[in-house]
Amino acid sequence: MTITPEQIAITAGLAKLKIDGDEAIEVAKRIGAILELVDQMQAVDTSNVEPMANSLDAVQRLRVDAAIQPENPIDVRDTLQQIAPATEDGLYLVPKVID
Amino acid sequence: MKPLHELTIAEIQLLLQQKQFSSREITGHFLDRIAQQNSIYNCYISVDNDGALNAADAADKAIATGANGPLLGVPFAHKDIFCTQGVKTTCGSKMLDNFIPPYDATVVAKMKAEGAVMLGKTNMDEFAMGSSNETSYFGSVKNPWDLETVPGGSSGGSAAAVAARLAPAATGTDTGGSIRQPAALCGITGLKPTYGRVSRYGMIAFASSLDQAGPMTRTAEDAAILLNSMSGFDAKDSTCTDIAVPDYTATLNQSIKGLKIGIPKEYFDERLDATMAATVQTALAELEKLGAILVDIELPNSALSVPAYYVIAPAEASSNLSRFDGVRYGYRCDNPKDLEDLYTRTRTEGFGEEVKRRILVGAYALSAGYYDAYYRKAQQVRRLIKQDFVSAFEKVDIIAGPTSPSPAFKFGEKGDDPVAMYLEDIYTIAVNLAGLPAMSLPAGTMNNMPVGLQLVGNYFAEQQLLNTAHQFQTVTDWHHQSPVTE
Repeated sequence: MTITPEQIAITAGLAKLKIDGDEAIEVAKRIGAILELVDQMQAVDTSNVEPMANSLDAVQRLRVDAAIQPENPIDVRDTLQQIAPATEDGLYLVPKVID
Repeated sequence: MKPLHELTIAEIQLLLQQKQFSSREITGHFLDRIAQQNSIYNCYISVDNDGALNAADAADKAIATGANGPLLGVPFAHKDIFCTQGVKTTCGSKMLDNFIPPYDATVVAKMKAEGAVMLGKTNMDEFAMGSSNETSYFGSVKNPWDLETVPGGSSGGSAAAVAARLAPAATGTDTGGSIRQPAALCGITGLKPTYGRVSRYGMIAFASSLDQAGPMTRTAEDAAILLNSMSGFDAKDSTCTDIAVPDYTATLNQSIKGLKIGIPKEYFDERLDATMAATVQTALAELEKLGAILVDIELPNSALSVPAYYVIAPAEASSNLSRFDGVRYGYRCDNPKDLEDLYTRTRTEGFGEEVKRRILVGAYALSAGYYDAYYRKAQQVRRLIKQDFVSAFEKVDIIAGPTSPSPAFKFGEKGDDPVAMYLEDIYTIAVNLAGLPAMSLPAGTMNNMPVGLQLVGNYFAEQQLLNTAHQFQTVTDWHHQSPVTE
């Protein structure tokens, strides 16, 4: 299967990446080669094979549905926000979304 | 006594207890070597001088009061994919160049609790995506055996640090061969445990259904010591298994007489260099001399492992890496004009080429209209690959073959062709898809470069793998060979 530079630009946009113009042409060529490799799978009959997401076929482990509070929630928030690019009053700052 | 940097962790532990030297002395010795030689190999991204010396002093105090433990006071390095509280954790990316984690990964916490002394954080392919260390934002790591060749990847910094004697041991992670292939290319011992054996909490995620942490050491004995510390149930990782951890060192000395070792014919076909094949055959003959029985087996779907992997791993990566958005931590672009611009420019500027490529492949494979043809198909093929191993393990105890198709290659040799690089992992990837444990051991040389022997075990059979590896190392000395003259 081939992929066009236009499809690359659209998929990149969905993944919040900017790839267009000459770069999209180049990337399409390389990803085309990867998809060609991947397409080797299509030759195999898997009609009766159950897909496998976990190698041990494990299922999600559940715990009691009860909130777990850290010992000092405010401290945790402060600690986590110290490494944020921009915060104010305990909130993360991003560019204005609505005027 | 050997120079301090030539000691294994088993030897260091013994000599620390005998007070032949202190943890501060041996830690200082490694920190000095790193200061002098890291510029040659580029295997460390960060060195934690103060933290290491403080931990060494604490260990010395504990030893003075009679404390004992297999890792107490023993220096080592962590791959820069494990979150270390207060110590920068980059994952080899510009995206995390400023990231100082507020918490420790479970593996980090466990080793810290045992008094191990972390020297620093080792270089790696960006977000563990690579087989040569050439995708690191912090520059390539050089293979200590030949500075013009790659150390392998993605745990190339860990492998090179151990080979160059800039750490007695290191941690690594393996999603498609990232512990075993660099271990093979740098002539050290590496173990990828069964999926779920070691907690993934605090280990920056690449492909969550494949990622697994493990030890990278000089010897199988050291790998057993490290695995004892790293393994075990962790409620913070929903895929970590609650199965008791045996003492992996307890069974190292058992005889392997009668052990059935399966030799997959697919691992010795025309893709494998003839000299490599002969080197691996010689190593297998050593195992035979120890009483193992070699049995021809087939893994008929193994050729499909690379194609299936390059759907599953990128698909999971595209999802995992969506968290890097410039809002809560990590890189943020300058002067974003709106939220869309903040997300897009942060990610476009923060990720390297290979990472972006994999996000794109993953997003494409998961997109409407392609999901069944790619993602679902790959998961079906994944089951076929697992079934091959399950059938093989009905006949044999262990499977053996080469770790990589060739020894270390030159920088730039794979050019711009991502597929050529992906095929470097043809012998390692199936193991991750199946979730099995596997090791790479130094097993010979080709053109003076190390060659790795891969051993694959059944689920949770790490004891048997380590036992076999240790027995092999009692009759061979490839693991003692060193590229280092000083």
